[in-house]
Amino acid sequence: MRISMNKTLPLLPESASDIAPEIDLLMLAETAFSIFFTGLIFLVVAYFAIKYRRKSEADTPPHIHGSLMLELAWTFIPFVMILGFFVWGTNVYFRAYSAQPNAMEIFVTGKQWMWKVQHPEGPREINELHVPVGRTLKFTMISEDVLHSYYIPAFRMKKDVLPGRYTYFWITPTKVGSYHLFCAEYCGTQHSGMIGTVHVMEQSEYEKWVSGGDESMTARGEQLFSQYGCVTCHLADGKGRGPSLVGVYNSMVKLQSGVVVKADESYFRESILNPRAKIVEKYQAVMPTFQGQISEEGLLQIIAYIKSLEKEEEGGTPQQ
Amino acid sequence: MSATHEATPPTSELNYLNNGWTWQSWLLTGDHKRIAMLYVISITVFFALGGLFAGAVRLELITPQGDMMDAETYNKMFTMHGVIMVFFFLIPSVPATIGNFLIPIMVGARDLAFPKINLLSWYLYVIGGFCGLYAAAVGGVDTGWTFYTPYSSTYSNSAVIATAMGAFVAGFSSILTGLNFIVTIHKMRAPGMTWGRLPLFVWAHYATSLIQLLGTPVIAITLVLLMLERAFRIGFFDPALGGDPVLFQHLFWFYSHPAVYIMILPGMGVISEIITCFSKKHVFGYHFVAGSSLAIAILGFFVWGHHMFTAGQSTYAGMVFSLITFAVAVPSAVKIFNWTATMYKGSVSYETPMLYAMGFIGLFTIGGVTGVMLATMAIDLHLHDTYFVVAHFHYVMVGGMVMAYMGGMHFWWPKMTGRMYPEHWAKLSAGLVFIGFNLTFFPQFIVGYLGMPRRYHAYPEEFQVFQVLSTAGASVLGVGYLLPLIYFTWSIFKGEKAPPNPYNAKGLEWTVPSPPPTENFRIMPVVNEEVYAYAEQHEEKALV
Repeated sequence: MRISMNKTLPLLPESASDIAPEIDLLMLAETAFSIFFTGLIFLVVAYFAIKYRRKSEADTPPHIHGSLMLELAWTFIPFVMILGFFVWGTNVYFRAYSAQPNAMEIFVTGKQWMWKVQHPEGPREINELHVPVGRTLKFTMISEDVLHSYYIPAFRMKKDVLPGRYTYFWITPTKVGSYHLFCAEYCGTQHSGMIGTVHVMEQSEYEKWVSGGDESMTARGEQLFSQYGCVTCHLADGKGRGPSLVGVYNSMVKLQSGVVVKADESYFRESILNPRAKIVEKYQAVMPTFQGQISEEGLLQIIAYIKSLEKEEEGGTPQQ
Repeated sequence: MSATHEATPPTSELNYLNNGWTWQSWLLTGDHKRIAMLYVISITVFFALGGLFAGAVRLELITPQGDMMDAETYNKMFTMHGVIMVFFFLIPSVPATIGNFLIPIMVGARDLAFPKINLLSWYLYVIGGFCGLYAAAVGGVDTGWTFYTPYSSTYSNSAVIATAMGAFVAGFSSILTGLNFIVTIHKMRAPGMTWGRLPLFVWAHYATSLIQLLGTPVIAITLVLLMLERAFRIGFFDPALGGDPVLFQHLFWFYSHPAVYIMILPGMGVISEIITCFSKKHVFGYHFVAGSSLAIAILGFFVWGHHMFTAGQSTYAGMVFSLITFAVAVPSAVKIFNWTATMYKGSVSYETPMLYAMGFIGLFTIGGVTGVMLATMAIDLHLHDTYFVVAHFHYVMVGGMVMAYMGGMHFWWPKMTGRMYPEHWAKLSAGLVFIGFNLTFFPQFIVGYLGMPRRYHAYPEEFQVFQVLSTAGASVLGVGYLLPLIYFTWSIFKGEKAPPNPYNAKGLEWTVPSPPPTENFRIMPVVNEEVYAYAEQHEEKALV
């Protein structure tokens, strides 16, 4: 597929997400404000420069010290005006970066110099991303090495991808098409090659694409769960040497230290790689570290499996 | 400002330039004016070098494919451009040269408080510079001037430690200059030179020195941590070693954001002096212009998080940083308004320094309003790390600071060298710089909004037209910078001899001969009139 691009001189990038028109409108308003004030200053400087140009060396300009009223006016009036932009911009930012309910999950792993994506249903892709139009997406991202930043200009959205920590963003694509995907955070030699294409597809086409017959992330996670022996200690009935993981995702866990933490993705990731960091109350620090043994993608699969354990417990029947 | 020695004719032709011709008389001098000239020469060398690296970047970007050099070389080019321009040109530019030369004279002192420390700071700068040159000679560095971890501490295969060491050592030069200025301004003012009579150039340097003194140690510590992690694998920033990469960004920007005010505040001081002189009028709102420098210095310490809106920092922290960033725009705007008002009912003439000052007002305003856009968090989601940011900071740093440096060099060149520069050539070069600058950087706002990330060696072809315009502009800009190099050098030998006060300007520096004698004032001045007393000057003339 080719990037759909405007062959004429474009002044605005394509707009293909729920947040993009809002950011464009804000930008337009600030540009208008800026042009007005910059233009005003240009005009006044030019007017003064011409009107008060030196006519003779004997010119005697009046001695003007200043004006308190003017100072107060041009301190506070522009400040109050730009405060409006602060409130507006902060509002849009909070909505753009906050969690959205019922989002379809996408898992991104960045490494020098490629973007690897896993869909919960199974398909994996590199430097490409296929998503359905009109569905809210939740991106869970991590880097295997240095800092990267997942940037889709047509969505007006970017978020840094860090090693050692998950970052997230939510977005709803609104227009079918193919768009640029860039790494925006400098990441080394082939930084400008860490690019790709985002394909926003009709829902029906996406469903065809995603049912490619791959194993789901949960199924892969389950295999890893037994392959690394997790299953021998983390028994479902809670009688193993490690705590049961059924229903733990998103619950509050009490630690040996008495601290209560939320069992989110980062908590599971840390507990696999550095088990001694957070010991669950009433359990011993006997788990070995898996640092360096499981890839970031594998970790995401195991976590997907652990999350699925919750679903079975709650609903009684396995859900898709 | 009338000084008591005004009537004293120069009893000797001896000045700071012809007072000794040996190498030692320059390299071991304690004279702030000679040290300033040493700085002028050294930062010019680094400016030229940084400019060559920028030229290589611009040539590569003419075509979308990476065809002129490989990606690694390209990354080294933009990194060394950034490192050299920031640490070895912009930070010392005005303070170490024009500031060093003028601060003692403007406050009515014979030298800075600590002449030997002043010389030490130049040597530290040179040692730091040689570290940077060494890094370039052994293959260069490719981390970007921001040294973000863990790329810089673990993954890069380039001369990171030598470069960081260069910035570290040069940092101490900056700290010592700031210390010297603060003590000089507090303790060495001439009788009658009250705080309310200090030229705005001095106020701007006072604010700058506070940042240099308080902020620079933080970057020094940060660079040490970076070097320790890289050399000995001690984990501070790399998660694989138990560190936090975002911590590096906090520490780095805690200095490096205030550092942009280290770069721009002295330039604002230059502009205040030029506008008032070529409007023949007292600066409008003196106290507000002086106070806004301090406000910028203080607020500037609390905005660093605006570099990290997309870096995974808390959204609430981002909100606070965004608000303070909006606030720091206000004192800069206050300066713009006051400069403009200074021209009101003035007697405006258009010598070269005034052309640069008017250029500064326009370009700095554009840099400022685009800064407000970037401070808006939602817009930054889209624009962060794109060419829009590149354009914004070049409007402030080159359109602002370098314009101010050039304006200041022209304004005080007769004082510093005793020679006039050729006015027509200077006006031509000011015009070329203005046109070339806008042609280089304005297209980058557009290509940035279109989504082109910065630091890209190859790029999608729809961005090409903007990159070609930019490179065309850069060549005009290059000529604009080359001309002064030629005619300034020429003027030292062949330029018309400068009178003590060629522009009928106010200020103690214009009461001493051009170039000044080594001791600045043969008789110590007593200040008995207010600052920028242009109106009084004419009243006195009328009486005569």
